[in-house]
Amino acid sequence: MEKKMALSMRGITKRFGSVVANHNVDLDVYEGEILAVLGENGCGKTTLMNMLAGIYYPDEGKIFKDGQEAVIRSPKDAFDLKIGMIHQHFKLVDLFTAAENIVLGLKEEGRYDLNAVNSRVSAIAEKYGFHIDPQKKIYEMSVSEKQTVEIIKVLYRGADILILDEPTAVLTPQEIDRLFDVLRSMKADGKSIIIITHKLHEVLAVSDRVAILRKGEHVATVDTCDATESSLTEMMVGKKVSLNIDRIDPVNPETRLEIRHLNCLNDEGLPVVRDVSFTVNSGEILGIAGIAGSGQRELLEAIAGMQPIDSGEVIFINPKKNRPVTFFHKTLKKVKQLAAQGAFHDWNGNPVSFNGMGNALIRRLVGSGEVLFNEDEVIDLRNRTPLEIRELGIRLSFVPEDRLGMGLVGSMGITDNMMLRSYRKGHAGFVDRRQPRKLAEEIIRELEVSTPGVNTPVRRLSGGNVQKVLLGREIAFAPKVLMAAYPVRGLDINSSYTIYNLLNKQKKNGVAVIFVGEDLDVLLELCDRILVINSGAVTGIVDARTATKEEIGLLMTKTDTGKEAAQ
Amino acid sequence: MNIWLNFIIESLAFGATFMYGSTGEIITEKAGHLNLGIPGVMCMGGAGGCLVLNMIGKSGLPGPVIVILGILGALAMAMLMGLIYSFLTVTLRANQNVTGLALTTFGAGLMKVIMSKMDSTVYLIGPKMLYRWPFADRTDALQGLGVLFFLAVFIAIASSWVLFRTKVGLHLRAVGENPGSADAVGINVTKYKYLASCIGSGIAGLGGFYYIIDYMASQEAYLSLEIFGWLSIALVIFALWRPHMTILGSTVFGFLFSCSSQIANIEGITVTMAAKPLLKMLPYVFTIAVLIITSIRNKRENQPPASLGLSYFREER
Repeated sequence: MEKKMALSMRGITKRFGSVVANHNVDLDVYEGEILAVLGENGCGKTTLMNMLAGIYYPDEGKIFKDGQEAVIRSPKDAFDLKIGMIHQHFKLVDLFTAAENIVLGLKEEGRYDLNAVNSRVSAIAEKYGFHIDPQKKIYEMSVSEKQTVEIIKVLYRGADILILDEPTAVLTPQEIDRLFDVLRSMKADGKSIIIITHKLHEVLAVSDRVAILRKGEHVATVDTCDATESSLTEMMVGKKVSLNIDRIDPVNPETRLEIRHLNCLNDEGLPVVRDVSFTVNSGEILGIAGIAGSGQRELLEAIAGMQPIDSGEVIFINPKKNRPVTFFHKTLKKVKQLAAQGAFHDWNGNPVSFNGMGNALIRRLVGSGEVLFNEDEVIDLRNRTPLEIRELGIRLSFVPEDRLGMGLVGSMGITDNMMLRSYRKGHAGFVDRRQPRKLAEEIIRELEVSTPGVNTPVRRLSGGNVQKVLLGREIAFAPKVLMAAYPVRGLDINSSYTIYNLLNKQKKNGVAVIFVGEDLDVLLELCDRILVINSGAVTGIVDARTATKEEIGLLMTKTDTGKEAAQ
Repeated sequence: MNIWLNFIIESLAFGATFMYGSTGEIITEKAGHLNLGIPGVMCMGGAGGCLVLNMIGKSGLPGPVIVILGILGALAMAMLMGLIYSFLTVTLRANQNVTGLALTTFGAGLMKVIMSKMDSTVYLIGPKMLYRWPFADRTDALQGLGVLFFLAVFIAIASSWVLFRTKVGLHLRAVGENPGSADAVGINVTKYKYLASCIGSGIAGLGGFYYIIDYMASQEAYLSLEIFGWLSIALVIFALWRPHMTILGSTVFGFLFSCSSQIANIEGITVTMAAKPLLKMLPYVFTIAVLIITSIRNKRENQPPASLGLSYFREER
């Protein structure tokens, strides 16, 4: 059966200043199909789709809808052509209810009647199998609910071409399955769906055809049934990349961080971290798996001193090698005792014993600082300020949904962002710019950050480069504990691997790494142990070498009867 | 009449100045634009109205026509200020605070020039009584409430209705909360921003006209007008961005403002010379208290529009 062409783009070019985002792109969509648009980050997928949605206007090229040339100058034009886009960052007004957001911008005949809207929204939801409360405010909703609102918003306007920009990035596996079911039922309804994604297995699972973009250009469009993960990857990145992550066994793991019965409350006084206990060892990567918003953020922030701790302990075991023995904290008698046990050594590592020495000689030896011992310092982080915690070598590289939220300042250059960590240094009130600049240049060189210069505002960089800058800075300060939350969120494969390698290198150097991830395959391949968190409570700690995806998935979604009953 | 009732009616009459000013500012802020030029806009509104009255006051036109033309003059001049503001902040995306402050300085100064050159007798005495309908014959405090006062109350209530009960209001609020979202659903953000700034300024301008012509009806009135522009902006926070709340807020402000002069009229209360300046502080102390209280009451619905003060540029990355 010959399918009808729904939409086609011919020779589309879009430039932002001197940067070419799309160059001479051709793309076709048929009725009743799901087309996946695949490409690395910054390859212009979203820009291309934004031109269909009327957010951007192409510099060159034409768009045809149902065989007619269409000019899409504004989102309104797009709606008139029945093209609807669900953006990666939801375009919802937080303060409005679902129904208010859905009717926003619509020019309907008759009175403004929210009750009628509510019932129509419910009807659409029922038709495609969504669940939604039209009168719920957006700011009270979960990410998945917000996405549902976005999709219904588009359907409410009668769109027959739906564009979804990375719809699965924030969903749980179950929610993704449900979304795909909805997409399939819309496809059966004759609608055309364009889905932008990085995740190859999703492309293979849901799409009919795949269009691949590379560096703003259209490489090929292939039928999904003819494609494999490796063939798609090859077209996407232009060269074959190994999908294996190099994992070494931890060397001499020592406990670095010990969390005991940690509890945190959120702003509304509800528990977000509930009785969490675990240890983090040096030289290993501890993965944290869980559905987005299960308390991962609060847990890490509690360790970093940014989230008030309701109860529980966060113990940091600070390794101290070669500390000189003093009489300030040990009596002569105790020193003699310890020496007899072989606790002391000299600078060459030879054991020191005071056998047959007089007290005066011992005092003189100790006083000269020649007698050393190794003792780990046990510090309760609860009583420390975030600054003190940072100085102890506990580094948090937290990448929230918007990538630039915490950690980096979007409108400042790389150098200035380096200075966020070193602004206290320098002389007589002046900051030292030379060191940060050197560091910035080093990071650009070592991590292959592509940027016009050290002073380009970081918000202009692509996600992968932002991430490299952020991680690079935290690593540069030789951390003892490195916490990275969603460091590869929204990154393409190449950038992701750069980040994995960075983390692995830290692990090799004996750093205790905590990695909060969302891709279970990556967690299983990269981490040594995986802690699974579910609505703020630990549901299990598994060995990543032996655990299976199903096992973790089960722990992530295990229903907590206590919580259900409380609500 | 009861002395307290008198006091309240007078507060209402005085408060209408703020009612206009803060209703106008709320409409502007709901579109995401903080117009600190409101004091200047109110001044220019007053000047524009007086200018028209000065031109046609002796022309022998019927009274009501003169009144309406005066109002239109005030509206036109204030909306022109609003247009300048929106051109600078919406089209050229200039900093809203700086633009607003510049307009205040500009408006207040220009008004003083205009007003000092005018023949005050024409616009003050001639049509004055016409504004007093329907209480023109009364000799008590009620005569202070006239057409322009009721217009202020009507505009405040109507603005609330439009903002919270109609689609236009929904769109306007969406523009102020999240212009990106509004744009994505096809709302003309620029149009809404322009209209909100201009209409808001127009309403605020009426406040200036009301104050000079109706409430004070005095030659020197224009000298104290700018202060009430600032109080109007403070009142927006008290009203929690709901225009109908300005009716309550402006009455309270009006009450406190006239305390220092009125309270001595009440039997049993003596005001010493030292206490008078202290009483004059009341509205300002109250403004600070309101700011503190509203900051503590941390409810999402009571917060300023989320994109207040931010320029919107569709293609910004």
